[in-house]
Amino acid sequence: MPDTQALVSEFVLKLKRRKVEGSHATARQTAELLRSVISQQRIPHTNQAAHLIEAVKVVGEQLISANPVELAVGNIVRRVLHIIREEDLSLATTAVGALGLSADSDDDDDAERDDRTLLSATAVAAASRSTLRAPALHTLLEDIPDSAAAPHTPSSGGESEGKSKSADKSGRSRKLKHDVIEAINELLEDIDTCHEQIAEQAVEHIHQNEVILTLGRSRTVMEFLCAAKEKKRSFRVFVAEGAPRYQGHVLAKELVARGLQTTVIADSAVFAMISRVNMVIVGAHAIMANGGVIAPVGLNMVALAAKRHAVPFVVVAGSHKLCPLYPHNPEVLLNDLRSPSELLDFGEFSDCMDYGIGSGAPLHVVNPAFDYVPPKLVSLFITDTGGHNPSYMYRLIADYYSADDFVVQRRTALGS
Amino acid sequence: MAQKKGVRVSEDADELSHVPLQAVLLADSFAQKFRPITMERPKVLLPLVNIPMIDYSLAWLESAGVEEVFVFCCAHSKQIIDYLDKSEWLSYPKFSVNTIESHDSVSAGDALRLVYERNVIHGDFVLISGDTVSNMSLTQALQDHKDRKKKDSNAIMTMVIKKSKPSSLTHQTRLGNDELVMAIDPNTKELLYYEDKVDSADGVVTLDKGFLLDNPALKVHNDKEDCYIDICSPEVLSLFTDNFDYQHLRRHFVKGLLVDDIMGYKIFTHEIHSSYAARVDNFRSYDTISKDIIQRWTYPLVPDIQFSGNLPIKLERQGVYKGSDLQLSRSAQLGPFTLVGSGTSIGDSCKISNSVIGEGCSIGSNVSIEGSYIWDHVTIQDGCQLNHALVCDGVVIKSGAVLEPGVVLSYKVVVGPQFPVPAYAKVSLLPQPTNEDSDDELEYADSGSGILDITSLNSTLEVPNAELSRSSDSAEVGVSEVGYIWSVCEGGHEEEWRHSVAPVPANKIAELRKDPVEPDTPKLEVLPAAGTRPDDETSDSDNDPATDDPCDFDKEVEATFLRAVHEGVDQDHVIIEVNSLRLSYNMASLDCAGAIFWSVMKLALETPHDTKGELLNNAVSVITTWRDLLRHYLQSIDEEIEIIMKFEEMCLESAKDFAPMFATVCNIKS
Repeated sequence: MPDTQALVSEFVLKLKRRKVEGSHATARQTAELLRSVISQQRIPHTNQAAHLIEAVKVVGEQLISANPVELAVGNIVRRVLHIIREEDLSLATTAVGALGLSADSDDDDDAERDDRTLLSATAVAAASRSTLRAPALHTLLEDIPDSAAAPHTPSSGGESEGKSKSADKSGRSRKLKHDVIEAINELLEDIDTCHEQIAEQAVEHIHQNEVILTLGRSRTVMEFLCAAKEKKRSFRVFVAEGAPRYQGHVLAKELVARGLQTTVIADSAVFAMISRVNMVIVGAHAIMANGGVIAPVGLNMVALAAKRHAVPFVVVAGSHKLCPLYPHNPEVLLNDLRSPSELLDFGEFSDCMDYGIGSGAPLHVVNPAFDYVPPKLVSLFITDTGGHNPSYMYRLIADYYSADDFVVQRRTALGS
Repeated sequence: MAQKKGVRVSEDADELSHVPLQAVLLADSFAQKFRPITMERPKVLLPLVNIPMIDYSLAWLESAGVEEVFVFCCAHSKQIIDYLDKSEWLSYPKFSVNTIESHDSVSAGDALRLVYERNVIHGDFVLISGDTVSNMSLTQALQDHKDRKKKDSNAIMTMVIKKSKPSSLTHQTRLGNDELVMAIDPNTKELLYYEDKVDSADGVVTLDKGFLLDNPALKVHNDKEDCYIDICSPEVLSLFTDNFDYQHLRRHFVKGLLVDDIMGYKIFTHEIHSSYAARVDNFRSYDTISKDIIQRWTYPLVPDIQFSGNLPIKLERQGVYKGSDLQLSRSAQLGPFTLVGSGTSIGDSCKISNSVIGEGCSIGSNVSIEGSYIWDHVTIQDGCQLNHALVCDGVVIKSGAVLEPGVVLSYKVVVGPQFPVPAYAKVSLLPQPTNEDSDDELEYADSGSGILDITSLNSTLEVPNAELSRSSDSAEVGVSEVGYIWSVCEGGHEEEWRHSVAPVPANKIAELRKDPVEPDTPKLEVLPAAGTRPDDETSDSDNDPATDDPCDFDKEVEATFLRAVHEGVDQDHVIIEVNSLRLSYNMASLDCAGAIFWSVMKLALETPHDTKGELLNNAVSVITTWRDLLRHYLQSIDEEIEIIMKFEEMCLESAKDFAPMFATVCNIKS
């Protein structure tokens, strides 16, 4: 597939050049890319899910290694893998169920998919057995008349009635692909609407006449605050400017344009102001499995200040920022050290960096992009599924990811 | 109305028709600053923090939105083409890399003329050399260039500059170049003056007064760095073709355009602030830029981001970069800002700091490496000390050897045990070419031709193999201790410290400090004579006789005259000869009269004489003999006055003897 390969390499290049910025955009583009990879993937008749998983993993490896710091890439790859597994499982269970039970249970396929976690152990075991022994599955499928496959593909359901068994098989493969793509579309929709979903909860958290502090700029935070404003809540916002990129300035502009009472403060003034603040609301770069947060630089300081003054520290983030890895995993690169030019002007300081003259100690500049905020400093996470305690994160992650996929990255390390 | 519409449409079509942005990358520096390394490998393939320089340039061009790159290869062109074939650059979508091969180009000018002949450039293009490291965005610069071009079709080039202060001590920039002085119009950003060879001795820059007449405002900078990134219009190529003597981009082309005012073409500047751009020009800038990369000024072109097919490298605390599969001894100390490539093993109690170590090296125990650059597959045995050295691929340094600051070891050199390599030594397997023609700026076209010279040079110039090893009686001599120490080239040892990887030695700094403190900014001196060109502004004054000393003319005339006297040449012929001299020296006929009279009197003076009367007689006879000749030039009273003045001058200065007979001689003439 030269098409997808070109797409993949183009996206890899964008990631490498750091041209895609922000986890939202990255997540969206990754999901779109994986969707096109899957839709163009030719699937053999046997063991389709494994093939899809393999194809996604190959692409995923490239994407993750292209920008290991952007954890959203890995998150989306893992979620797509999870989706494939789930869809395959649900198909298999339907088949098994159809075999074991009477034909009339097929209709509520959708309900069954949603209740996949409630599947009985026997059904799962049977499904896994059937996926392991693919020919057996085929014999099973051949045995079942079209009634089993028909409800899954309503469009082709009528036609497949009189077709041979090969058409039947391709129907099933198309079915898997179709379901997976449908699910990825849902995921994309989730990513797109996560801001609104989160913002809907704003009124529950922001009360009249409160003072909110935030640092830097996060679109989620902006929508969250604006949603509260739209619901006629009146409150004040302190925006710490978020050196060295000063995204706080941008946020302040946007907030003022929407009519919020906004005050810009320096990052270093956070501790001085925190006693007047009722709640800290910030965005995140990624949320780790232990409830720790990888956030724009400066937030650890804010979190510590909030802890000291017992101010709630609330992190708002879409579910695509949930990362199934722990911050102590070796493959998690916690930080991105960016160019010192964001901090100071090269021309002004060039004489401090004359290595020819400098007596051994020229000027060093360190510009990390992220902070790690440990879970104990976080009061609440607000994701598109509602508010959660940091200690609940592992549970959310179990919903979104399957444990088999956590190690996509380790393969990369071995492969290269 | 309809017409208007039509115009609008065509304009839109013009904007819409997508012209791919092109770039010309000169993969040859046409200089010898990286010798002896460049005798075996082209400069653009030398690793800079373990990644070939050309990859930085290509990665930058790719991310800046350039779609078509023409790589011009000359020296070692085959190696470059092979490298590009194997690299992933050819496989990128929307980015095509083409090579233009040449074997006889000796300068950037030749290269651009060849590019012009190939007729591949169709619009504005970016001109860089293959050793440029940058992360700047071209969008703004390109837009400015296009806007200016629309307004004024003579704006053919935009030069990227960057603020960077030169050192006040050594009068050189961080990159080891000489101090650069530019005059820029602060409003239009037009470049008015460019001088990269500022005479640091007196710190004087001379500007033509005409600059102040023509330009309402003018800013003279010495804190700008030339990034050697140019956005050019296609006219630049044709200009190079028209002026076939242009060789160097800056020295000839830019200065030529500024000084000679060819067709009113103009050069503008674009200053970048937050982004990085620099060019690896010499060992000093190699060191500086490597350190800038490690300090991440070039982000995202940094080692831990795989921007070209490089192996993954992880950044750890204090700027330590580590590749995969490292064998690091527990007691080895990796100091700050060090990079160790994949597959390298480092032995016990090594101390490494501020250095770059390549892939697959093996380093023994108790080795200390400070500020050095070690390329791939180097073996360093126990107890060596490397201090600000550059060590190429495949070098073996045997136990206990010491590399003093500024040493360069070229490919596969073997340094014997306990051997101290002297400071600033350059060691290569290839001998230094003897007939070093300073005009011939070609890097060795083929490594093959270099090898041919070995036999002829072996005994004469170079230090023979054995001398590299102290233990000359050991069996290994001639087998393993190999390499020639190159004798220090043109600049002499005094200048070596300027361009080497080692920092300026302390005694040099002290020496420079002792010097009377000069003002940091060069003094401005405006010449009163706007018409005549100040001497130091013309770079190629050597063959321009107009600026030559007028006394040369007098001598020539005298020689002509004497020839006439001794060989009996006819007077008419003398007149013709003197006239031609007058034309070639661009003198007035007044000067001729003066010069001839001077020669006449000199002849009189030189004729043997005893008394003053005899001298007078001599003078009278000579003058009467050559009266016609003199009269030819004495057309008006002005010339006669000139003659008398000249005579007076002679009497005062050279020929005291004439003094008493001034009046007499004056009478004779009239």
